[in-house]
Amino acid sequence: MKSETTAQVPHSVFWRTTEFRSIVYQIVALAAVVAFGWWIVDNTMANLAKRGISSGFGFLMPPTEARLPIGETTAIPLLRGGFLYVVLALAFGWIASILLTRWGRGHGHAAGEDLRIQAGVVGLVFLLPMLVLYATRGDFQTVLYDETKPYLIAVLTGVMNTIKISFVGCVLATVVGLVIGIARLSSNWLVARLSEAYVETFRNIPLLLQMLFWYSLVLNTLPPVRQSIRLFGIGELNNRGVYLPNPISQGPAPHFLLSVGVAILAIYVYSRFTKRHQERTGEQLPLLYPSLGVLIVLPGLAWLVLGTPFQFEFPVLKGFNFQGGLVLSPEFFSVLVALVIYTGAFIAEIVRSGIQAVTKGQREAASAVGLRTGLVMRLVVLPQALRVIVPPLTSQFLNLTKNSSLAVAIGYPELVSVGGTVLNQSGQAIEIILIWMMVYLTFSLLISLFMNWYNAKVKLVER
Amino acid sequence: MNNAQASGNGGPANVIEMVHVNKWFGEFHVLKDIDLTVKRQERVVICGPSGSGKSTLIRTINRLEEHQRGQIIVDGTELTSDLKNIEIIRREVGMVFQQFNLFPHLTVLANIMLAPIWVRKTPKEEAARLARELLVRVGIPEQADKYPGQLSGGQQQRVAIARALAMQPKIMLFDEPTSALDPEMIKEVLDVMRELAHGGMTMIVVTHEMGFAREVADRVIFMDGGQIVEAAPPAEFFSNPKEDRTKLFLSQILHH
Amino acid sequence: MRIETGQSLQPFQFDAPRLARAALRWMRQNLFNSWFNSLLTVLALAIIYEVVSGLASWGLFNAALFHFADGTISFGRDACEGATGACWAFVVSNWYLFFFGTYPYDERWRPLLAFGAIIVLGLVSIHPRARKSWWVRGPFLASPVWVLLMVRGVGVLDMQLVDSANWGGLMLSLILGTIGIVASFPIGILLALGRRSKKMPIIKALCVVYIEVIRGVPLITVLFMSSVVLPLFLPEGFNLDKVLRAQVGIIFFSGAYLAEVVRGGLQAIPNGQEEAAHALGLNYARTMGFIVLPQALRIMIPSLVSGAIGLFKDTSLVGIIGLIDFLAIAQLSTGNPTWIGRNVEAYVFIAAVYWLFCFNMSRYSMRLEGRLKTGHA
Repeated sequence: MKSETTAQVPHSVFWRTTEFRSIVYQIVALAAVVAFGWWIVDNTMANLAKRGISSGFGFLMPPTEARLPIGETTAIPLLRGGFLYVVLALAFGWIASILLTRWGRGHGHAAGEDLRIQAGVVGLVFLLPMLVLYATRGDFQTVLYDETKPYLIAVLTGVMNTIKISFVGCVLATVVGLVIGIARLSSNWLVARLSEAYVETFRNIPLLLQMLFWYSLVLNTLPPVRQSIRLFGIGELNNRGVYLPNPISQGPAPHFLLSVGVAILAIYVYSRFTKRHQERTGEQLPLLYPSLGVLIVLPGLAWLVLGTPFQFEFPVLKGFNFQGGLVLSPEFFSVLVALVIYTGAFIAEIVRSGIQAVTKGQREAASAVGLRTGLVMRLVVLPQALRVIVPPLTSQFLNLTKNSSLAVAIGYPELVSVGGTVLNQSGQAIEIILIWMMVYLTFSLLISLFMNWYNAKVKLVER
Repeated sequence: MNNAQASGNGGPANVIEMVHVNKWFGEFHVLKDIDLTVKRQERVVICGPSGSGKSTLIRTINRLEEHQRGQIIVDGTELTSDLKNIEIIRREVGMVFQQFNLFPHLTVLANIMLAPIWVRKTPKEEAARLARELLVRVGIPEQADKYPGQLSGGQQQRVAIARALAMQPKIMLFDEPTSALDPEMIKEVLDVMRELAHGGMTMIVVTHEMGFAREVADRVIFMDGGQIVEAAPPAEFFSNPKEDRTKLFLSQILHH
Repeated sequence: MRIETGQSLQPFQFDAPRLARAALRWMRQNLFNSWFNSLLTVLALAIIYEVVSGLASWGLFNAALFHFADGTISFGRDACEGATGACWAFVVSNWYLFFFGTYPYDERWRPLLAFGAIIVLGLVSIHPRARKSWWVRGPFLASPVWVLLMVRGVGVLDMQLVDSANWGGLMLSLILGTIGIVASFPIGILLALGRRSKKMPIIKALCVVYIEVIRGVPLITVLFMSSVVLPLFLPEGFNLDKVLRAQVGIIFFSGAYLAEVVRGGLQAIPNGQEEAAHALGLNYARTMGFIVLPQALRIMIPSLVSGAIGLFKDTSLVGIIGLIDFLAIAQLSTGNPTWIGRNVEAYVFIAAVYWLFCFNMSRYSMRLEGRLKTGHA
């Protein structure tokens, strides 16, 4: 009921509200974006037509042949046959395990408590894919690029090369970062200062410069093939690359790998058993030596009984080059070294601040209740430090993957490199750039999802 | 210009009217059918347990919170989504926060002058003069060129009061103004608020300071669970509470 | 070296035996306090010795700088005859190329003047009162415009127009970097404000999409896009020169990253500030402009400087799309037949200059951060 005292109420007008204004602003913004986009598309169509370039992704497919040389070709797995079954098994196992834990929680069996549910999860996520992998071992199909293949295969080869160098780079950079980061906190003054110098040096020099530097160093200082340096008697180092012995799987290899998988599973089961045993009786069963034992004995038996699973193929000088063996080209090598050194410096800082984030008081409190240094690290410091370290570590992994694109300046045929060549050769600039963006955004998404999952898992465990 | 004049010549006798006001935070019904009328120059104290909605209530008056149902009429202007109305109302309603919310990057004087210059379009000289007068009135003229970070809590809150007064509002809202202060500084702020009240300013104060309520309030309102449970002049309220919930609350805060 | 609490400060006495004893004590505590540490120290010393002696022998002892003959010093090819180490004469004799690229030698006073002015502005703004004055802020914010004009030429007073194809070297990198940061600043602020908008989900979505897409792809793809695809987006006859295309790409790239920095700064401002401003009757624009953004900007400065360092390093990528920036000069200078094969010297020199810039900027930002934590900067 309106009061009689409201003599001159200014009229409430609908167009002066924030709701109305928000809607108007949004419509205007959307309209502007759409109009701008339209104008761009219009111009692009006209320009493309003028240059006689057609649009669309058809140029990727056969019968157009790529006819461009790619120095290193990594096999592209095909999603049929063996790979398909393994991917399906992994997906099925993952989804089924989530459903299983949900079902268990709904019926009063918490996953952390009930052994049967844990066994089910482990079986679904680990054992099932492993068995499928073993069963389909003969059926893995891959495609290798050659100049008669269509552009699509060329681009996919680029993607595989990016994955290859990013994966190896992330692993090595993490190792380097861990070592340097921990060294930074060492009580040894010299070691601490050295690692500080490392970080400050390599963080402040552009990555591209570092790559070019290593590349020219490698090319200029490594000897030619005829005077190749022998590495530890089994490899070769020269200006064509690093040659390492290549493990070639023989007949018994799948059985051997299966035995390794079974051994790991057994160790895992045993470790859960020891944990439950400790919770129930307080007694700590030995874990390390029995695990090592199983890991050595089981695969060892497989080796003895079934035969050698791997033969090494050594690089042999034939004519002007080495044949056989695992080759790391100078391009791969210099890009990898630069990426690892550069990203390692950033990771070192992340590790350092993560460990420092766990205040001294924590360590003192843990020692005060009698825990040995090793346990203090494992139970108190590391879990907390990891929580601080993992998020920025994720973004460094993503940075490394994106930075691998700089290999275009060196000639390592990763995605941007190959894409750039395809772009020049076919003129299909927009399509190639779209492909780049889609691939890298997918990487970003995958890495973010993986680390979010890890973060959430670590958080839950802490509670 | 004193508070009586500030509280307005002319205009409606009921300076705030809230009719069937309801508010929800998502599913949570935080204000349930609030009916409240505040007369010109009336001093109202609102008390109640935490979560009772008392802060939310006064924050709806200057649209820091939006009510979903009911009517709020401030000094004759209805409070709706209409931005012009909100602007008019905010000019006439001053607010003092529990956390002071002074602007740390501006001097004390600049804090006070900011709104008159940019909202009331006061020339800079006059705004400065007004600001200094207000600082004298709240008792800290010498702090004019200092930064909020250099002042004590009590001084900061007094600056906040001066800042609100600089807009020459008709109504002053206080949201637990002394709750964040150390005990020895509560008195200086309450003194300023007392002086304001004696000068005739319409005030709505959410507070736990029952001494202040007893002394200054024309009406004490007890809120619980989003509703106004009881309202009475202080003498009657403290000596003869009618509702059980009021009795419980009073026993908890007056006898510890 | 830190002074442990409890030690009294005594006047420094040059007492050799006591110094020696103190030094030994320090070494025992910090370098040799356990067998593991002792091992590490030995290892570290070995590494330091190898690296330093290698560098010194290449860069100093076996290096060549100048050629002294007939009473004159020259930095030509013959300065390096017979030197097994670095040939620094190469760097010295190409100094103009490194710093200015192929900019006409006679006009070098123009970029020098422009950058000198920026440095002067920077130095002046150390004084807090100067920073607030619009005599300083104005030229600083307008710097992209007048630097560009000075370098390119205005066509008055017989100023020779220098086509951007001839801009190169450190000068080009600095231009790309500073204009990049200054121009992407408003973009970053708008994006950040758009991203935190609660009432306009479409605008928020647009901002989020832009930010996440740009941050998810490598800079080189953005540069390729702006250098290859941008001409396709524009109508016929709209010719952008190469430097402008690269600059646009850098600006849009940097804008997305700055948006995240600004977002962090905005998040650090408590809600109460906005509420107090609204209660006083200030509208959105004034609340943001007078209250929230000034405080947020102050908090963000260390991150901004980090971002600037990162951007400056990132400008080195423009060599890949054909611009001759500071890094690309290495290729250009060693293309000259006189100096072929001197890449390593070029890279070392360029690395040293980048390092000096970036290291000092990061030290400066750490100092700023310290000052911000304790009081008003």
